[in-house]
Amino acid sequence: MSATMPSPVRRGRLAAIAEWCDQRLGYSRFIKAHMTEYYAPKNFNFWYYFGSLALLVLVIQIVTGIFLTMNYKPSAEGAFASVEYIMRDVEWGWLIRYMHSTGASAFFVVVYLHMFRGLMYGSYKNPRELVWIFGMLIYLCLMAEAFFGYLLPWGNMSYWGAQVIVSLFGAIPGIGESLVEWIRGDYYISDITLNRFFALHVIALPLALIFLVVAHIFALHEVGSNNPDGVEIKKLKGPDGHPVDGIPFHPYYTVKDLVGVIVFLAFFSCVVFFAPEMGGYFLEHANFQPANPLQTPENIAPVWYFTPFYAILRAVPNKLLGVVLMGLAVISFAFLPWLDRSKVKSIRYRGWIFKTFLFAFAFSFIALGYLGLQHVTPAYTYAARFFTIVYFSFFILMPWYTKIDPTKPVPERVTYHAH
Amino acid sequence: MSSEPEQIDGGRRHFLLVATTVTGVAGLAATAVPFLASWKPSARAQALGAPVEQDLSKLEPGAVLKVNWRGQAIFIVRRTPEMLATLTKPEVLSQLRDPDSKDSEQPEYAKNETRALKPEYLVLVGVCTHLGCAPLDRFQPQDAELGADWPGGFYCPCHGSRFDMAGRVFKDVPAPTNLRIPPYRFINENVIQIGVDAEVA
Repeated sequence: MSATMPSPVRRGRLAAIAEWCDQRLGYSRFIKAHMTEYYAPKNFNFWYYFGSLALLVLVIQIVTGIFLTMNYKPSAEGAFASVEYIMRDVEWGWLIRYMHSTGASAFFVVVYLHMFRGLMYGSYKNPRELVWIFGMLIYLCLMAEAFFGYLLPWGNMSYWGAQVIVSLFGAIPGIGESLVEWIRGDYYISDITLNRFFALHVIALPLALIFLVVAHIFALHEVGSNNPDGVEIKKLKGPDGHPVDGIPFHPYYTVKDLVGVIVFLAFFSCVVFFAPEMGGYFLEHANFQPANPLQTPENIAPVWYFTPFYAILRAVPNKLLGVVLMGLAVISFAFLPWLDRSKVKSIRYRGWIFKTFLFAFAFSFIALGYLGLQHVTPAYTYAARFFTIVYFSFFILMPWYTKIDPTKPVPERVTYHAH
Repeated sequence: MSSEPEQIDGGRRHFLLVATTVTGVAGLAATAVPFLASWKPSARAQALGAPVEQDLSKLEPGAVLKVNWRGQAIFIVRRTPEMLATLTKPEVLSQLRDPDSKDSEQPEYAKNETRALKPEYLVLVGVCTHLGCAPLDRFQPQDAELGADWPGGFYCPCHGSRFDMAGRVFKDVPAPTNLRIPPYRFINENVIQIGVDAEVA
């Protein structure tokens, strides 16, 4: 060995800069904590794609949204025409808009599947209550974001959809009417309303959404991910201090999620290029006419992702009660961690009673979604009332049926078969 | 010789903590006022919500005229004697949720049997009291869709609410109250002004 010791590792200039930054920022510790040394259960299945896909859709919505605002005019005079301008005259404008409109529906598709995963595997149960509650707040934000965004094209369905939803607040006794006037900023849905919905849609709610997504992920990484067996992998650690049934999120799950991204983008592209209106479900036909305050569309139906709640609203013959039940249908999810009294998390080890209730709930959600799209007939109203009762009994009866449900013993370790 | 240990005055600290917190919250609340109040209808919006006038001399019996006031359609119907006759039929009254307009919104001078200043002219806000859709006029009795006992009135296509020839709501429909009646007055024999209350005689 010579007297002048070379530095142990010869590093390139880039690596030196990276280290200089790291000493002043500490990002490598962050990457370790949340990526390379975040141990996730090794038995994730198909249902675990939808969290990362929701993140992907959020990015798509933000990027396409930024580019849409460059040509969109948030005024009653100019909004409808500016959307047509984007569709016809802006280079690739049609693609950017269709990505954004399809992204809105895709967001709800992946979020509903993500939530159903949570229901199946008991991901809301102790210690993940806060993860679940942040998730619910994200869902509320997403609904508000979708609602405000839907007014912006200023089509006739945008207009009357906003009219119906804003009127819901009028059902509140005493302050209702003045509250509605305050939300609209006018005596009807007008230019003023459009302008403020635009501000909320492009600034306020996206900021809140990003903050909540960060909180959702931080809370998740604090307690660790659940898995299809509902087994806490942190209980069994190897000599290296890491869970024996855990694998680092990066590279294992980043690679897995990348496969999901590719499959998702294939479906997403099919819709964007071949069926952007999705037969009137993603972009409603009545919205191809400009807003007309004096002419209600034949059939006011919200976009598909709101129809289960809309069907509940219509099923109740009392306005205030209808609004209250609709609100309850949305926020009931937040109480699941305390309604569920079962000893086990995952559906794999639950008994037939929970499985029956969960299936009935999922079926009634879809049935209500269908009914919310249809014209009102007495038969449909009775069907909607029936499914509303099924929907709520999933929540109301949960403390009872999860307690008496015969459960199977949960294994010590996750079930995993090497491929 | 101030070598004795400094005493922490817990009470003083607590007082300062509470006092500064209260002051800060009060300041935040006061600051929130302008932001929240900026959402109220602006001076321009209020000016645009001014009263509108309409000449009714060309409105034929049995016809409806729609006037835009504050972005809402105001329905003005010149009711025929047959239409007015349906308002007092017991078989119609028994189907109504609020036949005397006790729980509904209307000016005092329109809280009567015909819900109008002059029985001939019905003036309504054409906004369903359920969720704000525009009701359709179905003045012809015995409508194919609405049934053989339909007396004539208004039908909301959104959620199926029904109203009679005075805008009174039927039972078992989602709309909770009768259609609203805006403030209005007659300036002379033929000209109506919407947005200003009539002098109560």
